[in-house]
Amino acid sequence: MLYAILSTFLLAAAAPAVHRLTGRASGWVLGLLPAALFVYFLSFLPAVSSGESIVLAWPWLPGLDIQLSFLVDGLSLLFALLISGIGFFIVTYAGRYLEGDRDLGRFYVIILAFMGSMLGLVLADNLVAMFVFWELTSITSYLLIGYNHENADARKYALQGLFVTVGGGLALLAGIIMLAMAGGSWELSEILNNGDVVREHALYLPLLLLILIGAFTKSAQVPFHFWLPRAMAAPTPVSAYLHSATMVKAGVYLLARLNPSLGGTDIWFTTLALFGAVTMFTGVFLAFRSTGVKKVLAYSTVMALGTLTMLIGIGTETALLAAMAFLLAHSLYKGALFMVAGILDHEAGAKDFLQTGGLRSALPVTAAFAILAALSLGGVIPLFGFVAKELMLEAVLDAPSLGGILALLAVLTAILGVAVAAIVGIRPWFGPKVDTPKTPHHDAPVAMLAGPAVLASLGLIFGLGPGLADEGLINAAAASVQGAPVDGYLALWHGINWPLAISAFSLVAGGVLYWRWEQARRALAWVDRAAEYGPEKGYFKMMDGLVALSEWQTRVLQNGYLRYYVIVIVAMTAGLVGVTAQLFDVGVGGLDWAALKIHEVAILAILVASMLFAVLTRSRLGAVAALGSLGFTVALVYVLYSAADVGITQVLVETLTVILLVLVLFRLPGFLNLSSTALRVRDAGIALVMGGMITLLILSTLDARLFPSISQYFIDESVPSGYGRNIVNVVLVDFRALDTLGEIFVLALAAIGVYAMLRFRAEDRR
Amino acid sequence: MEVVMAFVVGGLYAAAIYMMLRRSIVKLVIGLVLLSNAANLLIFTVAGMTSGAPPLIAPGDTVPEGVSADPLAQAVVLTAIVIGFGVLAFAVVLIHRAYEVVQADDMDQMKDTDR
Amino acid sequence: MNMHSLILRTAGHFLLPLLLLFSVFLLLRGHDEPGGGFIGGLVAAAAIVLYLFSMDIQSARKVLRVDPRDVLGVGMVLAVISAIPGVFRGEAFFTAQWWEFTAPLFGEMKLSTVLIFDIGVYLVVIGSVLTIMLNLAEAED
Repeated sequence: MLYAILSTFLLAAAAPAVHRLTGRASGWVLGLLPAALFVYFLSFLPAVSSGESIVLAWPWLPGLDIQLSFLVDGLSLLFALLISGIGFFIVTYAGRYLEGDRDLGRFYVIILAFMGSMLGLVLADNLVAMFVFWELTSITSYLLIGYNHENADARKYALQGLFVTVGGGLALLAGIIMLAMAGGSWELSEILNNGDVVREHALYLPLLLLILIGAFTKSAQVPFHFWLPRAMAAPTPVSAYLHSATMVKAGVYLLARLNPSLGGTDIWFTTLALFGAVTMFTGVFLAFRSTGVKKVLAYSTVMALGTLTMLIGIGTETALLAAMAFLLAHSLYKGALFMVAGILDHEAGAKDFLQTGGLRSALPVTAAFAILAALSLGGVIPLFGFVAKELMLEAVLDAPSLGGILALLAVLTAILGVAVAAIVGIRPWFGPKVDTPKTPHHDAPVAMLAGPAVLASLGLIFGLGPGLADEGLINAAAASVQGAPVDGYLALWHGINWPLAISAFSLVAGGVLYWRWEQARRALAWVDRAAEYGPEKGYFKMMDGLVALSEWQTRVLQNGYLRYYVIVIVAMTAGLVGVTAQLFDVGVGGLDWAALKIHEVAILAILVASMLFAVLTRSRLGAVAALGSLGFTVALVYVLYSAADVGITQVLVETLTVILLVLVLFRLPGFLNLSSTALRVRDAGIALVMGGMITLLILSTLDARLFPSISQYFIDESVPSGYGRNIVNVVLVDFRALDTLGEIFVLALAAIGVYAMLRFRAEDRR
Repeated sequence: MEVVMAFVVGGLYAAAIYMMLRRSIVKLVIGLVLLSNAANLLIFTVAGMTSGAPPLIAPGDTVPEGVSADPLAQAVVLTAIVIGFGVLAFAVVLIHRAYEVVQADDMDQMKDTDR
Repeated sequence: MNMHSLILRTAGHFLLPLLLLFSVFLLLRGHDEPGGGFIGGLVAAAAIVLYLFSMDIQSARKVLRVDPRDVLGVGMVLAVISAIPGVFRGEAFFTAQWWEFTAPLFGEMKLSTVLIFDIGVYLVVIGSVLTIMLNLAEAED
């Protein structure tokens, strides 16, 4: 399992080389890995569909008790199969769609890395690992959306997606930490069995809200839905992948995964059902009144995500079964439709439904599968979409509360959904021929048709034989979401009942709406103006505000005046030390002025006099001489107080310092008197406060020794384990050699810096 | 001695900071030299000042006779002195370079050349 | 950068080899008596800087024979190499290793990674100080 996920990242690293070697066939070659992974995951199917869940663990950070563990059950296997299966078609499709693109190699790198992250996310059992993969999907999807990086819009909207999802990720991180605290484990498989403990825990409400923010941003629920259609700036294969099986479903996956642990409470039900239902309706409504091919599909994805969230919120057995069936149905038809959208663009140059019409004769095969997928989208019997929709309506009608509003929104969504399906399934293919920007000469190549063909056909196969999907996986998936075995089953024909009636009604009403599409869109033009005040406006306002804030703080803090930086640093240090001293009641012991010998007084007098002279003199030579005198006096202090090595070093360095200053300072102009007396007094005040604080600090430490010094260890061990009698040297080159290594490294860097600066100038002049 | 040193080191810090707050870059350099001396003496003083007990061991012995001055503080100060020289050289050359480029030794004028 | 002083020149000529020898002496005895890589390096560097002041840059570079940056690099490499043998003996990185052997003329000898490290420090200090000083003096001309 670990190797399965690692292999995607390894192949990602090797992808550009593979691409260069295999040229046109690169899509097929690289597609081998997702195909192999699909088969590998398929091998878990028998065990999982009989109700087992498998945990595989590798030690990761044993010190922190974090292990890299994977959980294979119905839910994660369903996702893993979708990710690897659709991933195969996406990679082969992209190989042809982006053929000749000079960045195709880079594209493979990102899409494979994204696939690996997504697999890691759905299979991870450890919360930390899951979060890491979660963020990896955000980052890789950012790179995917911004693939056309020379396009300003692509960059902008990639960043938008990144900000929204990573912002949500931050909330999620806080949420899962609390979840681990509440559940008493970092392993999902254990937390899920501790549902009651988590729900009773004091942190339940905050952790639920934080996790919901994470899930809602990722899965584009209202009011975060705006980033998803914008992410259409990505190349079409990316959209197909992000929307069908992956990225946006991650939030839904999280909700489904945590349902046994967090679900079942009133707040869970209300929040998810309401947000989901509203998102569902918003999505389908906006899809209905859009005309861009990818935009319509993107908004219908928002609808699907809303539906899934709502169903997980309702949480009854029927609802969960419906959610899993809907998830599968949506992945199949949405993947197919996005790939068809890519074919429309690639072969006919059409990016808008208004530019299309009567293409069925030019692209017969594409049209056939597009219509098949659209029928599933519209929920028309006998496709799998119909099975899922019937169950969904049944679940909504049986919802424990809020029945009225959910049902209303669901019926409206069903009607508009049919209309949207008609836009996708009828508009481009039938009716009078419209002149597309490019005239299609032939149908799409096999690599691009394989995906839509297989995915759309699966929609039909599962529709005719829902038992296949049900017994295979959907039942097991619903069971792992519910946390208990599921008795319900999928069926094409449930008899004549309310859901069937609603379906029939929505078919008729949706058909009428499609017939009157032009008028309806005109009548809804006001939405555009209203949308300007939507959440996206808030997002841009916030971004502008962030930029303004950072400009302001840069202006204030990074004002370019060194002395203000120094003042801030000094004031902060003095303030913090002062407050700490106050808090911990640090006192100064009695001052012992006695026992000062005459030579000590003399040395300190020279030291202070040199210092004052260096500060006060107007002559540079005088100042340098004073510094030299000060340095030698300090050396004398070292030697007097048993530090021979330090004293010698100080004498040598002081000599070199004076030479250095003489070499450079005299090529600078003389001292200038630039400050007014008032400023000097202010600066002197600041300096004295800091100096006084240092004095107090030293005085207070003289009597205090909170911990035994490690120096005694060095003294005792110098000869026995260091074989040296100069303890200072043994400390430098043996006990603390790593520190010394760092220090000589700094010295070397300084020297190379000086060399570079001087050398650079020489070349400047030439 | 430590008590007096506390005042001397405090004075060195005050002098260093005062010089660093001046606008002339030459004074900034002097402030840097003062600051590095002040910091070294601070570490040296806080570790305790013992006279006549160098951290050396007589041949044949395994531990120094009687108390010994803190070898760790000495090692720290020793490297700090050498690094201080390197950093000072870097700063001085940088300042000199900046002066050559902008022809100003008033740091406020130097700042204006950023724009 | 020539001080044109006959006394300084003569002194520089005679002092240089003495000071260099002294610096090596300080380096080698540093483990037992005051001295060591830092001090030895500073003495050697100061000796060459003194020579630089009494003669000129060309002769100072000639005395050194190699570019001070190379000295710096070799020192750095030695210091890092000395960290490695411990690993092969199954001990932590940078653990000191000692080898004792008897050499024909010198009798009992002790060689250690500690000494290699100290020589590395010595060379880095010489290389750094001279890189700074020689280039500054050159820029002066």
